[in-house]
Amino acid sequence: MTHRQQLRDYILENYLFTSDASALDDDASFLERGIIDSTGIMEVIDFLEERFGVQVRDEEMIPENLDSVNRICRFLERKRAAA
Amino acid sequence: MCGLCGILRLTASAPPVEAEVLAGMIARIGHRGPDEQRLRIEPEIGLGHARLSIIDLATGSQPIHNEDRRIWVVFNGEVFNYPELRRALQAQGHRFYTDTDTEVLVHLYEEYGDDFVEHLNGQFAIALWDGRHRRLVLVRDRVGIAPLYYAERDGRLLFASEVKALLPALGEAPRMDPAGLDQLLTFWAPVAPRTLFAGISELPPGEMLIAEGGRCRRRRYWQWQYPEHPDGYLRDTPESLAESLHDLLADAVRVRLRADVPVGAYLSGGLDSAVITALIHRRADVPLRTFSLRFTDPGLDESAFQRAMVEHLRAAHTAVPVTDELVANGLPAAVWHAEMPMLRAAPVPMAALSAAVRGAGYRVVLTGEGADEVLGGYDLFKEAKIRAFWARQPDSRLRPRLLRRLYPYLDMTRGQGQVYLERFFGMGLDDPSGAFFSHLPRWTTTARTKQFLSPAYAGAAVDGALAGLAEALPAGMRRWQGLERAQYLEARTLMAGYLLSAQGDRMLMANGVEGRFPYLDHRVIEFANRLEPRLKLRVLREKHLLREAMAGYLPAALTHRHKQPYRAPDAAAFFRGTTPAFVDELLAPGKLADYGYFDPSRVSRLLAKARRGGITGFADNMAFMAVLSTQLWHRQFVEDYHRQFVRLRPEGLRQAVTIEAEA
Repeated sequence: MTHRQQLRDYILENYLFTSDASALDDDASFLERGIIDSTGIMEVIDFLEERFGVQVRDEEMIPENLDSVNRICRFLERKRAAA
Repeated sequence: MCGLCGILRLTASAPPVEAEVLAGMIARIGHRGPDEQRLRIEPEIGLGHARLSIIDLATGSQPIHNEDRRIWVVFNGEVFNYPELRRALQAQGHRFYTDTDTEVLVHLYEEYGDDFVEHLNGQFAIALWDGRHRRLVLVRDRVGIAPLYYAERDGRLLFASEVKALLPALGEAPRMDPAGLDQLLTFWAPVAPRTLFAGISELPPGEMLIAEGGRCRRRRYWQWQYPEHPDGYLRDTPESLAESLHDLLADAVRVRLRADVPVGAYLSGGLDSAVITALIHRRADVPLRTFSLRFTDPGLDESAFQRAMVEHLRAAHTAVPVTDELVANGLPAAVWHAEMPMLRAAPVPMAALSAAVRGAGYRVVLTGEGADEVLGGYDLFKEAKIRAFWARQPDSRLRPRLLRRLYPYLDMTRGQGQVYLERFFGMGLDDPSGAFFSHLPRWTTTARTKQFLSPAYAGAAVDGALAGLAEALPAGMRRWQGLERAQYLEARTLMAGYLLSAQGDRMLMANGVEGRFPYLDHRVIEFANRLEPRLKLRVLREKHLLREAMAGYLPAALTHRHKQPYRAPDAAAFFRGTTPAFVDELLAPGKLADYGYFDPSRVSRLLAKARRGGITGFADNMAFMAVLSTQLWHRQFVEDYHRQFVRLRPEGLRQAVTIEAEA
């Protein structure tokens, strides 16, 4: 399964409580759509670090990196390229 | 407090008042008045009363009548200024046959008609039958301490202290009002007159209902009001206003110690209840007896501050330990008493606390409830102030940083959480003078629970909660200041609908204990509402004037303490130990589909997340509690209707109910 797929499954299961893939648009803002709140983002970072073995530094914890499926995927790619 | 119920025939063709039905009604709220239950039946009306004896234990049986026995009243609550009213009425020539506070009601009504309520300082639900003019007057206190519900059915008006007393007279299982659930999933409770039960209304605080000539109409006699012009504010020096506040509170406590039984007090560990106990302590004639909750979770526990106050006052104190088991196993009874779903488990320990009060031989407690609403204590008020300050410079990077001072636990150890805070609290910044500005972040978070509604129900419960509330707002509200609008919304929604009810009256009366609330004395409210907002919330210091007024009487640790909201363990309490059987049973997909409120597949995923300990945030906790308690509500009031409210009806008659009848 791709990172994108794993991430989507995680968000659908834990924050949208559904298996309906159409419920999550990869560009949708987690914050604006009320999908994940400010405490929930900590759980997402835990998931990324645990599942994909990345380290998210404090200064990287910004909506530009984390606020949608597409943003997280691009962030993960940049992290991998830099590694 | 007590419990009351009644049936009024609005038309000549309405069915007669049956003693057996009335007895079944009062039996359902026997917990409110375990000392005595009486009915009075006339051709047009039946009145029922369950008595918790507090004043005039010997001759205070209700209903109570006037001199010519043509005005009758049943009453739940207290009139704290009854000795003064009684003396004045006696001077006007009225004769009393009891020493009760209840009897002043019939004579006051004779003197002043419907305006009699304006003379009362107290907490009350009143049903007064004026046989001379064939009219019934139902009245509720100004802020909603004593409950009162009503329904029209088959040409009759049914009324009672709790919905469960109306249900036996309805003859069929109740239905959920989708709009009521929609409001609950936004504001934590329906906004009166709406309830969770379709066709059953709650008399709003500060209103009366008058039934005469076959018709019912509601009339508002009191409202939370704030100055609409600068000259409406009190202009004394802050020192002199602090002294006035102190004197008013001391008197509010003094009249609330009036009882023919001993009076105790709740002690939370916060400022508000500390002030109340300190004011009781100064009265040498009253021994101080205090009660509190103790949590095993250090994040919720306030024992250290409670002990500081107990030692300061040398009070006899009982601390009730709250465990996960107590919360998990106590939820069904809490929903039964509250008669509504709850977004937090916080009411459950309050029932254990009132049980401890009763167990210690007490039936009256004073509490600090209302101080935050009246004197400006909630973090939400500060949050709104910061957001309004920020809204004047929406591009400012520094202004929203003040939010960190408010929610240190959100000041994440991981750096940039600030950006997320800004996104969340930034909602509504474009309209800081909007009526709902202060409450948008909270209501938006709460409304996320609606994502679990079934498609059918989400469609029925159209998103009209805010629109419904907007219609009921006072006309002058636009001219109030931001803090005042926030105070009003808080008092009208969360305090009246949830804190005084599900977390207040219902958990107290579950064990026959009466709560009394000095901060909700209307003299205190009307004084505080004329204080300039900066005297309540000084920069970001909450309840400023109260601290100034009471500084000399409390341990310094308490005067300077930041408010800690009262919370109990929520979803986790159901899974850390043995999960009660009702959780799996009521959250099973078949049961969810059967009741129809929630989407079974979404709830299954929420349940799985809860089971693995994955529920940590507010939104998931609220959703879990909402789903589970709504299922419990349906089981107890709808599915089990026949068993709970119809089949066992004669049980009420087997108790010692006294019936008097007049043909």
